[in-house]
Amino acid sequence: MSEVVVPRKRTGASAAMMLFALALGAGGYVLVALNQNAAFPADWVMTIGAGIQFGGPWFVGIVAWFALGAITWGVTRWRLPYADPLILPVVFLLNGLGLSMIYRLDQADGLRSAELQMFWLVLAVSAYCAVVMLLRDHRRLQRYTYVWFLAGLILLLSPLLPVLGKENHGARIWIEVGPFSFQPAEIAKIVLSVAFAAYLVEKRDVLAMAGRRFAGIDFPRPRDLGPILIAWGFSLVVLVFQKDLGTTLLFFGLFVMMLYVATERPSWAILGFGMVGVLGVLGYLFFDHVQTRFSSWLNPFSDYDRNLQVISAQFGFAWGGLFGTGWGMGRPYLTPLAKNDFIAAALGEELGLFGLVAVIVLFALVVARVLKVALASREPFGKLLATGLAFVFALQVFVIVGGVTRLLPLTGLTTPFVSQGGSSLVSNYLLLGLILTITHQVRRPQAEQADAGQVVSLSSDATQALPAIRTHGPSGVEPRPDPASVASSPAEQAHDPATPASPAHDPADAPTQVVRRDNGEEPR
Amino acid sequence: MNGPIRRVSLVVMIMFLALVVNLSYAYVFRTESLNADPANRRVRDAQFGVDRGDILVGNTPVVTSVPVETRFSFQRTYSSGELYAPVTGFYSFLFGGTGLEQYYSARLAGTDDTQFLQNLVNTATGRRPQGDSLQTTLDAAAQRAAAQGLGNRPGAVVALDYTTGQVKALVSTPSFDPNQLSSHDLNATQAAWQRLNADPARPMANRAVREIYPPGSTFKLVVAAAALESGMAPDTLVDSPSTLRLPGSTFEMTGSCGGEQITLKQALRVSCNTAFANVGSRLGDDALRRQAQRFGFGSTQLPELSGVASRFPADPDPAQTMLSSIGGFDVAASPLQMAMVAAAIANDGVLMEPHLVSQMRGPDLNVTSTRSPHQLALTMAPANARALQDMMVDVVENGTGRRAQISGVRVGGKTGTALTSSGNEGSGRVPYAWFVAFADDPQVAVAVFVQDAGVDGTEISGGRFAAPIAQAVIESMR
Repeated sequence: MSEVVVPRKRTGASAAMMLFALALGAGGYVLVALNQNAAFPADWVMTIGAGIQFGGPWFVGIVAWFALGAITWGVTRWRLPYADPLILPVVFLLNGLGLSMIYRLDQADGLRSAELQMFWLVLAVSAYCAVVMLLRDHRRLQRYTYVWFLAGLILLLSPLLPVLGKENHGARIWIEVGPFSFQPAEIAKIVLSVAFAAYLVEKRDVLAMAGRRFAGIDFPRPRDLGPILIAWGFSLVVLVFQKDLGTTLLFFGLFVMMLYVATERPSWAILGFGMVGVLGVLGYLFFDHVQTRFSSWLNPFSDYDRNLQVISAQFGFAWGGLFGTGWGMGRPYLTPLAKNDFIAAALGEELGLFGLVAVIVLFALVVARVLKVALASREPFGKLLATGLAFVFALQVFVIVGGVTRLLPLTGLTTPFVSQGGSSLVSNYLLLGLILTITHQVRRPQAEQADAGQVVSLSSDATQALPAIRTHGPSGVEPRPDPASVASSPAEQAHDPATPASPAHDPADAPTQVVRRDNGEEPR
Repeated sequence: MNGPIRRVSLVVMIMFLALVVNLSYAYVFRTESLNADPANRRVRDAQFGVDRGDILVGNTPVVTSVPVETRFSFQRTYSSGELYAPVTGFYSFLFGGTGLEQYYSARLAGTDDTQFLQNLVNTATGRRPQGDSLQTTLDAAAQRAAAQGLGNRPGAVVALDYTTGQVKALVSTPSFDPNQLSSHDLNATQAAWQRLNADPARPMANRAVREIYPPGSTFKLVVAAAALESGMAPDTLVDSPSTLRLPGSTFEMTGSCGGEQITLKQALRVSCNTAFANVGSRLGDDALRRQAQRFGFGSTQLPELSGVASRFPADPDPAQTMLSSIGGFDVAASPLQMAMVAAAIANDGVLMEPHLVSQMRGPDLNVTSTRSPHQLALTMAPANARALQDMMVDVVENGTGRRAQISGVRVGGKTGTALTSSGNEGSGRVPYAWFVAFADDPQVAVAVFVQDAGVDGTEISGGRFAAPIAQAVIESMR
């Protein structure tokens, strides 16, 4: 292990890509105005609350945009020098395209949403910087498993509160505080990812115990079904009271996926998939608006008035064609909610098939980079958390872009970093902060990690994953993966869950072998 | 955990791939139908702001696009709007279009597939797109004569060049001014639309091709054609009792036709109901329906104006067959259809497909498309057709159609006075007056339909009110 490959910081490349991303975003903004009025954008005014105004000539907005980008990049490089160099520029590119499109839609409806979104971006970047500067190591989140659960559940259920909660388009997934409305599920998806990861790292060896064998697959022991049943029951509650199949499937899908990754047992995935199916059928049977969405998905053109939104989006894609109409030259504003749920349709119309595919590839790039880090990570919490965050992010993009493009039934979700909406922007920047923290921890050289004395490295404790009571072990230096364990693959195979080690039923006296499997996994 | 993470990564990448594949699929296979959807405002607006091609009658453009300083850049303008509205239709931002404006919309706007190359050149050279112009087959003089003949009475006139199928006149009254609907003042457009739709006279109804009415005695031409095709001759004697009780009913058909037995020719000359009821009864409803279908009944006509199909009842009982034989019961025909009957007879049995546009020209005036005459059906043997022509000429020279005579021109015709099902005395609805005719110089077939002659019902007859209009239309084309 002396020849550990140390990932390079790639500071120069990251800076160049950041500049490129910022320039593309600013370019969209200027092009909208040039294409529409043959002039630079109008003076830039940002109004916050009552009477507080910032502003100046049009390029103030661009200066602010570049400044925000520079600050974010600088803080990241300063505190997380080994963070993935590509993710941040890609996120700013997506954000810049989104802001430009919101500005473009402002031109049609006369609102000043883009300036408001810039204000939210300031808050989001602040939250991001706070995470990056204060967290430093994601493993510190691992110790508060049940706090995270509680927080996640409260967030998820908060729209059901009588005064705060608000029903919109048949689904009760909003809370409203004063002029701001907020989708708590946006934050909940991060909090619950953390909670699931922390919980599953503790329990995964128990949950991996084999039970009955059926059709060549080992199914879990009935006594271990508790957590998935609770998650399922909770999803059912969310489904029944919030009437939102999309959110329900997002969270339950996340839990099932993380359970599968943690236990390495396909049976969990199969079981979960079946339960997802049951949720879907229940949702379809009991909620008219779910049925409506299904029929709107299959036959949108049977009812022009009711399916106006999705039909208008399709008209927009057709009108945009391969290369799009160009910034400001299409008519994306004909589609209701073009700034929020349907911003992908607006991008598809004005940037064309190529533009929207590029945006989708950008999302895929972020997800791929995070999953790569998950594979390279040497400790289970980071692995699981990175996979969970990447998955829930990907699922959200898939569901909303798929809904807008008629691949899936429509579900009201925001397009991360692109859609208008403060809660979405802030929570996605929090997610970004968490992700980049993980990438920094994974990519940084081992020697440096050893120096970071204050870091609580839980996975280093060979026994910590096993006794349920010892959730946070003593701080210490993560041991170098023992080369012997790499070589001892027969030993690993001996631990194949298909042939359970008989005493392993009690976690307390599980053989150390179980743990070695993790340390045996070399970063590649 | 790396195995499951790899599998999850695979699933995630398949999800992204599915998005891209679905988008590409939609682009390749759905774009065309989406852009052709009339509800697609993007396409409609883009076409609305285009310099659309002219619509010409003779050498005169009756519809043009005039450059204006509104957000749509070009104002569609209709000269003689009311006269040509049944043909041109309107082109409205809010309400789409009708008539030629709708049917040839892509062509007029220059967005048709056939104009792709030209558009490419336009894009490359930075020229504004411009559409093709339509050369209609209409004859301005015939159109005016028909409209003047109808005056302010509701009705319709269709004149066909029976050798080619070209529509020479197509009038429906009352009409409307398409300029009111094409205005860029959308509030005014909205108001005009509401007013036109609320008008009890239904000015936007196209009575010539989009409505069907009982054709009355003009349908006897179809029965006579079927009789001749079945082997009867003009001088074959048929029973023409003064009263004829319909089988299975107490209803009695009456008529004094000049004898208990008359020739088929005389029966047509005096429009003898009992004689034709007997002929129809003898031929049977299948033979009548077959003959009607050869003339075009049961099929939609003139798709340029979304013409509707005329009908002959599907399964009439013997009494209903008798009534159908004199153009009653459930028989219903558009004026265009009756003009086609006359045209087929006049053209020795060959029915030419009616059409309204003879040529399309590009912005550079080069002809981009020419419509050649197309034979629709052989409706009857040429000898039988010629015999029927003589019978129709006899009607005009000696029978009910005298008012259509033109000295020096061989004119044949047939009158019709349709008692609508509720049009008997006391019901307040007046009978329809019909006249269908042909001439040999000009070679034209005309159908005139007067829905409400504006006089007391008992005085209405096709010979009196409709024949003079046919005469005027034929005269105007000499």
